[in-house]
Amino acid sequence: MTITPHRGGLIIIASFILALVLTILPLPEWARPFRPAWHSLVLIYWCLATPQRVGVGIGWFLGLTIDVMTNTLLGQHAMELAITAFIAVKLHRRMRLFPLWQQALGIFLLLVLEETLSLIVMGAIHRPTPTLSYWAPPLIGMLLWPWIFIILRDLRQRFKVN
Amino acid sequence: MVAAVLVSLLMMVLDHRENHLKTVRSALSVIVAPLHQIASLPATSGEWLSTNFSSHQHLLDESQALREQNLKLRGQQQKLEALEAENMRLRDLLDSSLKIGDQVLIAELIAIDLDPYKQQVVISRGSNSGVFEGQAVLDADAVLGQVVHVDPFSATVLMITDPSHALPVEVNRNGLRTIAMGTGRINELELPHLPNNADIQIGDLLVTSGLGGHFPPGYPVAKVTQVINSPGQPFARILAKPSANLERAHEVLLVRALAAPMQEPTVPPVENSAP
Repeated sequence: MTITPHRGGLIIIASFILALVLTILPLPEWARPFRPAWHSLVLIYWCLATPQRVGVGIGWFLGLTIDVMTNTLLGQHAMELAITAFIAVKLHRRMRLFPLWQQALGIFLLLVLEETLSLIVMGAIHRPTPTLSYWAPPLIGMLLWPWIFIILRDLRQRFKVN
Repeated sequence: MVAAVLVSLLMMVLDHRENHLKTVRSALSVIVAPLHQIASLPATSGEWLSTNFSSHQHLLDESQALREQNLKLRGQQQKLEALEAENMRLRDLLDSSLKIGDQVLIAELIAIDLDPYKQQVVISRGSNSGVFEGQAVLDADAVLGQVVHVDPFSATVLMITDPSHALPVEVNRNGLRTIAMGTGRINELELPHLPNNADIQIGDLLVTSGLGGHFPPGYPVAKVTQVINSPGQPFARILAKPSANLERAHEVLLVRALAAPMQEPTVPPVENSAP
């Protein structure tokens, strides 16, 4: 077995930056609660596709960046994304074999777990409980997953990221 | 992973309890600042395009309108100066002091969305321009919020409608003092702890009372929209609508109450404007 050098780190970084920008891009007031968790979707994709490169550490740092960017409690998103990345890396062999719609269901569960963790943290620091629309982003994330998967897979194959 | 979670938990506790991690936040904000810039690019470029490609006639009209408005405001200002002086004289007679004349700094909002469950915005001025934590932020109409976090070139403003925000106000009509709490909805404030027989009506203007020291007194905040008296409850349920354009503000004013008032106060000022 030969060790191939890593390639395409720039593509991974660029996709993360794009996801971060989408996370804070201004939306109309009514649409704000429905913003999907772009950062989680991109992170999960790279965890599934290149688990040897993207994992808990990068997830944690990405979360920390989001915490600073959106001025949430420092460590909240870091913890969520570290856990998400851990599960995604653990299950990457199984998830890769699933058909796309079944994968989307798995993603939905991961995103719900993330939102639940967020809810626990918000409860612990005495923020008011959000309305039902709080659970919309995982649903939208699930519906978006096939497209994100296809786009990022094409990018990965084109630039031979490994 | 366990390490990452433990570190995150530790950070959350430190950040929430003691606010120890300001330096970490400020250091990381260096990475984040370009992201803020990129995300606000569509809004900024849209604005730039609309100013650069608007027609000559449109600009002339706008300039004419602004000139008229300026004239009107200056007329009002003349009256205000006379009234201010008269007010100070009268207050001198009463042996009380009031600070009139605040310094303002204009800042632009950076067009980005933060956590949808926190009502906060980012402005384009930071500690380099003298912004400090706790500074009051206004828009053209009314109080918008206060600065909660300062970086060198930007600052985060917590709006008055955030559920963790409370603002000491008084009813302009009769000076009844109370507190306006945020509800988390962008167009609603709540006035808790007012008894059922309190003298407050729909349409009453609420202004800052200056108690608490963060906000200078006398700025408009909200208008009362709903007063519900239920005899079974100890307190009336009173809702108010913020007068500021919380959703649509582009430019904001940062206020610093001047330490030295127009006339030397006879009594040392009770409240300190800087927190």
